[in-house]
Amino acid sequence: MYQILKQIVKTGIRTERPPQPDEALRAAEQRLKAAVLRHFAGCLTIRHVDAGSCNGCELEIHACNNPYYNLEGLGIRFVASPRHADMLLVTGPVSKHMEVALKRTYDSTPEPKLVVAIGDCGCTGGIFGESYASCGRVANVIPVDVAVPGCPPTPTAIMQGILTAITARAGK
Amino acid sequence: MKLSDLDIRLEPLPAAFPAWRADVSEWQWISAHQAVREEGGYLVALWGADERSRGRGFAVHGALATPAGLLCLVLRLPPVAPAFPDVSEIFPAAIRMQRAVHDLLGIEPKGAEDQRPWLRHGAWPADQYPLRKDFILNPSLAPEPDEYRFVAVAGDGVHEIPVGPVHAGTIEPGHFRFSIVGEKVLRLEERLGYTHKGIEKRFEAMDLLEGAKLAGRVSGDSTVAYAWAYAMAAEAMTGITPPPRALWLRALFLERERVANHLGDLGFLGNDAALSFGLAQFSRLKEDWLRTHHALFGHRYLMDLIVPGGVARDIDSGGTARIRDEIAFVRREVEIIKEIYDEHAGLQDRFITTGRVTPALAAKLGLTGLAGRASGQAWDRRVEFPAAPYDQLEVQMVTHRNGDVAARVTVRFEETLESLRLIGEILDRLPAGGIATTLGVAPEGALGLGWVEGWRGEVLVALHAGANNAIGRCHAHDPSWQNWPLLEHAVIGNIVPDFPLINKSFNLSYSGQDL
Ligand code: SF4
Repeated sequence: MYQILKQIVKTGIRTERPPQPDEALRAAEQRLKAAVLRHFAGCLTIRHVDAGSCNGCELEIHACNNPYYNLEGLGIRFVASPRHADMLLVTGPVSKHMEVALKRTYDSTPEPKLVVAIGDCGCTGGIFGESYASCGRVANVIPVDVAVPGCPPTPTAIMQGILTAITARAGK
Repeated sequence: MKLSDLDIRLEPLPAAFPAWRADVSEWQWISAHQAVREEGGYLVALWGADERSRGRGFAVHGALATPAGLLCLVLRLPPVAPAFPDVSEIFPAAIRMQRAVHDLLGIEPKGAEDQRPWLRHGAWPADQYPLRKDFILNPSLAPEPDEYRFVAVAGDGVHEIPVGPVHAGTIEPGHFRFSIVGEKVLRLEERLGYTHKGIEKRFEAMDLLEGAKLAGRVSGDSTVAYAWAYAMAAEAMTGITPPPRALWLRALFLERERVANHLGDLGFLGNDAALSFGLAQFSRLKEDWLRTHHALFGHRYLMDLIVPGGVARDIDSGGTARIRDEIAFVRREVEIIKEIYDEHAGLQDRFITTGRVTPALAAKLGLTGLAGRASGQAWDRRVEFPAAPYDQLEVQMVTHRNGDVAARVTVRFEETLESLRLIGEILDRLPAGGIATTLGVAPEGALGLGWVEGWRGEVLVALHAGANNAIGRCHAHDPSWQNWPLLEHAVIGNIVPDFPLINKSFNLSYSGQDL
């Protein structure tokens, strides 16, 4: 236990607070927190769906929860069931084999719901395109609010995408 | 029976490691597999090809690791009703590969017990085969209903838990069917193929240079391993060798990818056993590591840095200094956290004896890569058949025999430390010079092989040249093909709540095997 505490103290708090080098991230973080507070009573829940990605985008979604970005610290949590989710974060070109599962996940998510498509694949089908096995972009299968390009998009870009979706919906 | 007694003509293949190809008859197909098994080798990959447009029929290829190198068997098949003898009795790992060959090419594994589809769920009809050159998907054909026969377990108090394809965590999709009694797992049956997105077909619309990008996206966490294996294959078939500096930089990237993934996994493994401290510590180390990638090479996961002919980015003295500082720091931190993990009774209680694969079972079923080395399977591409620059690096292979979660954790720790050492050595000895050369032209029909020890295990890329450097066929093989079936065994007798931990300790690729 002593070792653990020592290591924790030595490591310190790594979460990046303003001021920090990444201006874009700082802006995103502050606005994200405010928007989550305003529109989701301080807690936004996300269900991630890999609809056929190469797993690259998943790595960056994981990174959003590391101590630097600390998405959970902003009141944004990943949940196990779409029934508990306000937002779906969908990666990949939608493979034909995931089409039904994605639609069902979407249908299981209570209204009002938001969908953020992640990565070049989610935006356009990416390098995999449309084929006998791929439906292409996420919007070909379910309605999408915001699409975040990048291969894979950085954690900052993913957080900005989430923010854009919240504020865009709130403006409607 | 020995390979040398079989009267098979071995043709040496140009490759970055010892490799041969051999045309075999149906009988030799079986006896060569048998002989390799008896000599202590194993099946690396098995794939089919449609060569009718070149005036031939179909073909199946079997890549076998032998004590002398990689042997690629080629069995030519007729253009009508192609079928080949089942080798799954010799190498059980062949079962799913053979089923995939049937799904994609309509080449039948004769006498195979399990004839269920593997990669095909219902997106295309059972009598159409996407990797045939004359395949055209008729969009008016309604998708077939997807009815898969899981093996049922009967008995008093047995019930099933279906999990997936959409999982509870941020992971890739697949389906797990557990048959359990109380808390205990009696049987696990996996069903994969959900992320099948037609990668191999997509390759066939590309040329050798374009394919590199796609190869780097077969399994995003192993982008360096795939891109290198792909480039190695393309370079072998066009007869070029990248400049030495490019090869050393590739090794730098590969070891950095290994460390990045091991750091991530070690964090999640701690977390899955309720030590969230571990996740926080390792994920910050990993984030620092990725930021270095971004700062020095322009991509957090090093995508598209390895290109056929060389690498796309160089390193300067500032970059070298930054990495040197970083490896010294990460080594100290990893050693501290390793001690904490080792001495944490709660953690060790969850790790030790959980999800065990004995060395005997691992050898029988062909467990490979990192998980294989945790079960006494001493194979590492960087050691046995070291392609440059590994021939000058003397990698210390890490093996353990317990085959449980604890052993897979220990292998990750020790491999991380070894990779940190290798990174330092690579920087010390990095040759000067150019970083890329132009790709040559591959003779039509040429076969190129690339074989790389990625962080998860061995990645094989087999390229068949079409006309004018077009890709005729590309098979990318992930070690997860071999290891997924072992996960089914590893969970037997464990309790259901330990499944996420066991699964994470293997951390296999879905996208890489679904293709
Ligand atoms: S956008 Fe890139 S990283 Fe994300 S799934 Fe597609 S290929 Fe992989």
